[in-house]
Amino acid sequence: MSVPDDLARAFPPDDPDTLRRLRARLAATAQAEGVLDVAYRTLDSPVGPLLLAATGRGLVRVAYLSEDHDAVLQALADRISPRVLRAPAPLDPAARQLDEYFDGARRAFDVPLDWQLAAGFRAAVLHRLADIGYGRTASYAAVAALAGNPRAVRAVGTACATNPLPVVVPCHRVVRSDGGMGGYLGGLDAKRTLLDLEARAAAEPASSPASSA
Amino acid sequence: MSKQPFEAVVAAHAGTVLRVCRALLGNAEAEDAWSETFLAALKAYPELPADANVEAWLVTIAHRKAVDVLRAAGRRATPLGQLPDAPAAPEPAGPDPDLIAAVARLPVKQRHAVAYHYLAGLPHAEVAAILGGTTAAARRAAADGIAALRRSYPDTRKGADR
Repeated sequence: MSVPDDLARAFPPDDPDTLRRLRARLAATAQAEGVLDVAYRTLDSPVGPLLLAATGRGLVRVAYLSEDHDAVLQALADRISPRVLRAPAPLDPAARQLDEYFDGARRAFDVPLDWQLAAGFRAAVLHRLADIGYGRTASYAAVAALAGNPRAVRAVGTACATNPLPVVVPCHRVVRSDGGMGGYLGGLDAKRTLLDLEARAAAEPASSPASSA
Repeated sequence: MSKQPFEAVVAAHAGTVLRVCRALLGNAEAEDAWSETFLAALKAYPELPADANVEAWLVTIAHRKAVDVLRAAGRRATPLGQLPDAPAAPEPAGPDPDLIAAVARLPVKQRHAVAYHYLAGLPHAEVAAILGGTTAAARRAAADGIAALRRSYPDTRKGADR
C-alpha cells in the first residue's frame, strides 16, 4: 500500500448523497441568481419518460425518449445556452399540468411557452394547433389552410415532425385526410395513446359529478 | 465545436472537485467551496473555449475559492496555513481520519500540489499553472508532500510502503 493509494481511499471520488444534495443546491442557487439559462427535468408518463426544459421565458422543449434526451439537451446547449442544469422547480407547474392531462383531468395547458425553437411558417402552423379542440382531430390540409397556406400540406407535416413542444402543442391531433394516423415524432403508439385518452375523457361530461353517469 | 450542457460537466467532475475541496479545506468548508466553484464555473462557462481542459479549469476555480477561504479564516483567527476546522474536530470521519488529519497538517503549497496531482489527477505542468511557478517546483511540492505524509502517518498505517 502506498501513500498515494491510501490518499485516494481517504478522499473517495464519489459520495452520492452529498453530491446529490450539493447539485440540488447548485440548481436552486443558479436559478435564484438568474444564471440558469435552461432548466430541465424528466417526467414519467403513459407515453414514456418526457424531458421538459424551460428558459426564463417559459417551457421551451418537451421531448420523447425516442428523440434521445442526451441529444436533445446537447441541442439546447448549442441553440440556446450551455448553461443547462437539471432543476425541477421551474418545471413544477408544467409537470403538474401534464400529470393532470394524462389523468384526463385537464384539456388545455396554461403555462408560458418559449417558442424560440420554432420559426417562420412552422411556428405559424404550431400556433394554429391549439385551435383543434381537445378530443378532436384535423387533417394536415385543414391545418395548412388554417395557417394561411392551403397548399403547404407537406410543410405542415414537417412542422409537426419538428414540434419542439409535443403534447402541450397538440400536433398529435393532426391526422391524414383519408383517416390514417399520419406520422408522429413520439411514435404512432404515443399518438394513438394521446388520441384515445382525449376521446375517452372528452366523451365524459367535462366537470359534472361522477354520479351523473 | 459544440459545448456540453453544464449538467454533463457537473456529472463528470462533481466528485473530483469535492475530494479536492475536502483535501484543501476539510469536510465542513469543502461543501461551500464546491458550491462556489460550480456557481462561478456556470457563470463563466459560455466563455470557456470549447477545447479547454474542463477539469483543470474547475480545479483552478476551486483553488481560488480555497485560497479565499483560507485567507478569510486567517483574518478571523487562525494563522494562515492552518485549517479552519482543526483535524481533531468531531466532523464525520472519512475512511482514514489519521491520513486526512496528516493532509490537513501539510504546508499549504504541498497540500495543494498533492490534491491536484494525486486526487484530481492533473499533470505537474497543469498543477504549476494553477499554483504559479515551474513544473519542477510543482513536482517537488507534490513529492515533498507525499514524503511528509509518509513520515507523519506511518504509525497508523496498516502496511509499510517501503
